[in-house]
Amino acid sequence: MSEEVKKSKHELDPNSAKAKLNKIIVDHYAGVQAAKDRGEKIGWCASNFPQEIFQTLGIKVCYPENQAAAIAARGAGQRMCEIAESDGYSNDICAYARISLAYMKVKDAPEQNMPQPDFLLCCNNICNCMIKWYENIAKELNIPLILIDIPFNPDYEVSDAQVAYVKGQFLAAIKQLEEITGKKWSDEKFKEVMAISNRTSRAWLEATSYTKYQPSPLNGFDLLNHMAVAVCARGTIEAAEAFETLTREYKKAVEEGTSTFRAEEKYRIMFEGIACWPHLRTTATGLKSRGINMVATIYADAFGFIYNDFDGLIKAYCNVPNAMNLEHARDVRKAIVKKTNAEGLLVHTNRSCKLWSGFMYEMSRQIGEDCNVPVISFDGDQADPRNFSEAQYDTRVQGLMEIMETNKGGK
Amino acid sequence: MIYTLGIDIGSTTSKCVILQDGKDILGTSIFTGGTGTSSPIKAMETVLSETGITKDRLSAIVATGYGRTTFTQAQSQMSELSCHAKGVHHVFPLAKTIIDIGGQDAKVINLSDEGKMANFVMNDKCAAGTGRFLDVMANIFQLTIDQLETEAFKAEKAVKISNTCTVFAESEVISQLASGENISNVIAGICQSVAGRVAALVRRTSFQEDVCMSGGVAKNGAVRKAMEKELGVSIKYSPMAQYMGALGAAIYAYDKTLKERMNSNE
Repeated sequence: MSEEVKKSKHELDPNSAKAKLNKIIVDHYAGVQAAKDRGEKIGWCASNFPQEIFQTLGIKVCYPENQAAAIAARGAGQRMCEIAESDGYSNDICAYARISLAYMKVKDAPEQNMPQPDFLLCCNNICNCMIKWYENIAKELNIPLILIDIPFNPDYEVSDAQVAYVKGQFLAAIKQLEEITGKKWSDEKFKEVMAISNRTSRAWLEATSYTKYQPSPLNGFDLLNHMAVAVCARGTIEAAEAFETLTREYKKAVEEGTSTFRAEEKYRIMFEGIACWPHLRTTATGLKSRGINMVATIYADAFGFIYNDFDGLIKAYCNVPNAMNLEHARDVRKAIVKKTNAEGLLVHTNRSCKLWSGFMYEMSRQIGEDCNVPVISFDGDQADPRNFSEAQYDTRVQGLMEIMETNKGGK
Repeated sequence: MIYTLGIDIGSTTSKCVILQDGKDILGTSIFTGGTGTSSPIKAMETVLSETGITKDRLSAIVATGYGRTTFTQAQSQMSELSCHAKGVHHVFPLAKTIIDIGGQDAKVINLSDEGKMANFVMNDKCAAGTGRFLDVMANIFQLTIDQLETEAFKAEKAVKISNTCTVFAESEVISQLASGENISNVIAGICQSVAGRVAALVRRTSFQEDVCMSGGVAKNGAVRKAMEKELGVSIKYSPMAQYMGALGAAIYAYDKTLKERMNSNE
C-alpha cells in the first residue's frame, strides 16, 4: 500500500508541463541516437547556435553543454574533469569543456550518454574557450568543424554590418551542412520553423514572466531545468505546447495562490550566472530554507528569441547575453530586477566561466547601486564540484538575507 | 538587569562575550579550537564562571561564526557578518568600513550611516590573505602569531612574497630563507602580502572612513600598518578586535530579549 502511495506521488501527470518538458529531452536524445543508427550524420552543437537551422534542414544534433550540465548534476563532474586533466587539460579551463573532451575520449557516461558526432557546429557568441574546445574535438575525431564567428559586441546595438558579417557565414554554413548531410534547405520550411520558434519563445517568455507576481507561482530554480528545452527544441511544436502548458499552470497557480516554491516567500532575489550544477540541491536549499526565492534570472530573456526573418534571426543571435557589451547587459538585468521586485542579487562567481564572471564584478556593482539592492557573490563552478564550499556559501546567503531583512525594517 | 551571551565559533577559535543591558561587557573568553571541538562549551563555561553569572540568568544566547548552526545552547544564530557589523558599530559608532580577517576568510563590510550592514564582499576559496596564511607562515619560523609582529617591526625592508596562494607563498618563503634573506624582512613581506591581498578586496567596495579592523589578524600591528599604507587611510583598532563577532552576537541577543518582552507586553 505504502509503496503504491509512494509510486503515485512520484508519477507525473502526462499532461503536465513538467512531464511534457521531460519527454522532450528524453525524445531529443533518443531522436539523435535513432538518426545515428539510421546512418544519418549527426552533430554536436554550441547552445547559442540557431536551432532553427537544423530544424529546417532536418538535421539532428546534441548539445555538449546540456550533456555536461546533466553529467555534473548527476554527480560525475569530477570524474569526467579528472579524465580531461589526466590528458593535460588545465583545471582552469571551463568544466563543460573538460567533461565534453573527456566524453569524446571515453565515449561513455551513464549519467547522460549521447552519440558521437560526425560534424561540429560552434558559435563564439557564448565564449571563445568554445573555439579551442571544438577545434580539439574536430582534430581528435578528424571530423569537420563549422565555426561561426560572432564577435563580442562593444557597441550597445547590433549594427547592420555585424549582421551582414555573420549572415554570410551562416549562408556558407548551410551549404556546408547540405554537403555533409545530404539534406536540403527550404525557405518555406524555414518560415514554418521560424513561426514555431517564435511561438515557443513567446510562451517561454510569458511563462518566465510569472515570477513578477508576489509570491511567485514558481521556484526560479525550475527555470534552470526547463531551459534545456528552450536550447534544444525551440523550433518544435512540442516545445511550444509544453511552454504554453507551463504558462497556463503558472496562471492557475497565481489565481489559486499556489507555488512550486515550497516555503513561505519572504525574500526575492536575482541569481546571476550559470547554476552550480554539482551542488544544485545545496544551493537551492540554502535559499529555500531561509524563504529566499530566486525570481529573476537572465536565462529567462536569454532564450526568448523573437524575430521576423533570417536577418532578424542573425541579429537575435548576435545579441545573446555573453556577446553584448557591459552597459547593455547591465540594463537588461536592471530591467529584470525592477520588473520582479528583486531585493538582492546573488552572483555565482563561476570558475569555469571567465567571461561571465569577469565582467560581473563591475556589472553587479552598477546594478546594485542603480537598483539599490545588496550584491553578494559566492565561489562555485558550473560543473566541477571541487570549486565550491558549502559553509562559505551558507554564510554569504545568510548575510544577504540579514541585509534584506534590515532593509525591510526588521532586526 | 539583562544578561546576554554571544558566542563566535570560528574555524580556529571560540570566543564568548557576556553583556549587561546591551552595552556593558562583563567578561570575555577565548579558546583555541573552533567548530567541531570542545572549545565552544569551554569558552562559555569559562566566561560564566569568571563573571559569576549562572546560565539560568542569561536572557538569551546568540551564536555566530562557522559553527553557529551546531551550537545547541543558543536560541538563535546570526551570520558573523552581521555580528561583526554590530560589534564594531558598538565600539566605533562612526565606522563605515570593517575589514575582518579571521582564521579562514577575509571580509569587508560596508555600514550605512545608521551602522547597519549595507553590503559585504568576501575572499574567494583560497586561504591567502587570511589568518590561516599567517598560521602557516608562523609555523615555518616556529614563532607565535604575536612574535611575527615583533619580528616584522625589526625589518629594514619588506621582501616581496606572493599573495596568490598560501602553498606557493610558503615555498617562496623557504626559498628566500635558503638564499640567506633576513628573517625579519621576510616576515614583514608576509604581513605585506596579507595586507595587499585584503586591500584588493577593500578596493572592490566603495569604502569610506572610518575604517576599522576586526578579527584575530587585526591584533597583528604589522598587518594593520601595511594595510594603512596600502589603502592610504588610518585604521581604527580595538584590543577587543577578536571579540567583535561575539560582542555583536551578545547585542543581538539583547535586542531579541527586548523584542520578546515588548511582544509579550502587547
